[in-house]
Amino acid sequence: MIRIEHLTKRYGTRAVVEDVSLTVERGQIAALVGTSGSGKTTLLRMINRLVQPTAGRVLIDGTDTATLPPHLLRRRIGYAIQGHGLFPHRTVAQNIATVPRLLGWDADRIRARVDELLALFQLPPAEFRDRLPHQLSGGQQQRVGVSRALAARPELLLMDEPFGALDPVIRASAQADLRRIQRDLGTTLVIVTHDIDEAMALGDRIGVMDRGLLLQYAAPGAILTAPATPFVARLIGTDQRPFHLLSLTRVADIATPGMAGGAPVPADATLRDALALCLWSGRDALPVEGGGVVTLDALRRAARPDGRPDDGPPDGGAAG
Amino acid sequence: MTAPRTAGPPDDRGRAVIGRVALALAAAGLAAFLLWPQAFAPLLRPLTQNGAPPIYTQTSLLALTLWHLALVAAAVAASATLAVGLGILVTRPGWRDFLPLARTVTSVGQTFPPVAVLALAVPLMGFGSGPTLLALFLYGLLPIFENTLAGLTNLPPAVAEAARGMGMTPAQRLVQVELPLALPVILAGVRLSAVIALSTATIGSTVAARTLGEVIIAGLLSSNTAFVVQGGVVVGVLALLIHAGFVWLERRLSA
Repeated sequence: MIRIEHLTKRYGTRAVVEDVSLTVERGQIAALVGTSGSGKTTLLRMINRLVQPTAGRVLIDGTDTATLPPHLLRRRIGYAIQGHGLFPHRTVAQNIATVPRLLGWDADRIRARVDELLALFQLPPAEFRDRLPHQLSGGQQQRVGVSRALAARPELLLMDEPFGALDPVIRASAQADLRRIQRDLGTTLVIVTHDIDEAMALGDRIGVMDRGLLLQYAAPGAILTAPATPFVARLIGTDQRPFHLLSLTRVADIATPGMAGGAPVPADATLRDALALCLWSGRDALPVEGGGVVTLDALRRAARPDGRPDDGPPDGGAAG
Repeated sequence: MTAPRTAGPPDDRGRAVIGRVALALAAAGLAAFLLWPQAFAPLLRPLTQNGAPPIYTQTSLLALTLWHLALVAAAVAASATLAVGLGILVTRPGWRDFLPLARTVTSVGQTFPPVAVLALAVPLMGFGSGPTLLALFLYGLLPIFENTLAGLTNLPPAVAEAARGMGMTPAQRLVQVELPLALPVILAGVRLSAVIALSTATIGSTVAARTLGEVIIAGLLSSNTAFVVQGGVVVGVLALLIHAGFVWLERRLSA
């Protein structure tokens, strides 16, 4: 668990991050979203102290990070950045082994870990281990960058626009991979992005930042249905709201008993997928795999702010 | 992995092969000339007048070449040590203020002509190799310093950021990331200094340093063109070979 308390960074009199407090529970993903210059990257870099905070503190599992030497702190925290930052003179295996080597793992353990991570990211170890970064595609470089960040099994992973350089197709699959791996490993993740879609797709909590202030920190549903300020509403964009809302719920959650014709929809598909299928196939109801139906009426209700089946309170609230 | 590094358009490959063959021939010719100079006497005789000797025999050409190379190697090693050290120092946080000073020191070394350094050093150090060593050392500082600076400051920002973010200490970043990535650029500076020093070393013979300049000066004093040519050609071929060796090394390292 990571707790940020009244964190502030000033350069001279100009505050880049102003009195931000938030908590990320163990195993959850917090997505910080905002325009460029909003302070989200500075906030992230204060967590591993690449930027020294002016005021406030960061607690990781109760330990104040200011009490640790910065380089030792950073070895405990995974860090992946835009443009991956792979060391161009080192092979894929050596890149991934960076932090384990700094921590003094023995060679066998490092080799086993490198192969394990390469396999996890669908890069066959025998083929990729000894390649140099420039011999990889953009998507492969990005996966090696994330593997490197995860190499020493950090409990906390920080990512700064990790998918910024990828094309949309690879980007979507990279996000899905990250989500799957993060769930499997139980890693706590703080990710910075300027892309609200990415924040919606990944975040258990979304933090919206503007001009150094954290305007709202809440679950995606609450951000959509109860934006704290006009800026938050504008950032989400009114045209995509119903679709974002639909993509937060699984078909199984609103399925009702009944029968319908045609090809079934998977129970773990999102309502957005179901709506697309309804519209495309001209049906008013879809059978759900494993029983039940989902109707166009139910989808229509779920796409409205007051119609969500599991509409929790807007927890977290605004801070700052 | 299957194609060699030189693989490229057929034109390039052809040129690379021709270049390599030419270098190998030059190296073989140089070795043969240094080991059996008398065998080349008929070749050089047309350049002599009044039955003057076509081959310099006062000192063995092989010995002079080795002396010459040793002098250059010593001077360049000293320049590289100081210049790379200064380059590392002024790129560390807290030492940036010394950059202008370091720049002044290294450019003064380049501004002073080696001949002037020799003239000023002889009264202090006496005749022999000392003044030449000093002149070559000072002359070689600037290219190595500037290239070290360029190599260490032009690190891709994402790479520098990653090295810090991974938890490397400043010393680990320098040794494991910054220097290896800057090495090809630093070596290019060393190459420049070495090639310049190789030709400049010849003037050391005016103050009694044992270099191939001795042969050229003897030729000039006795109007023996054959001596001038053999001294000049040996230095020239050495410069080409050293240049090629460094280029090869730089390419390998910047893979």
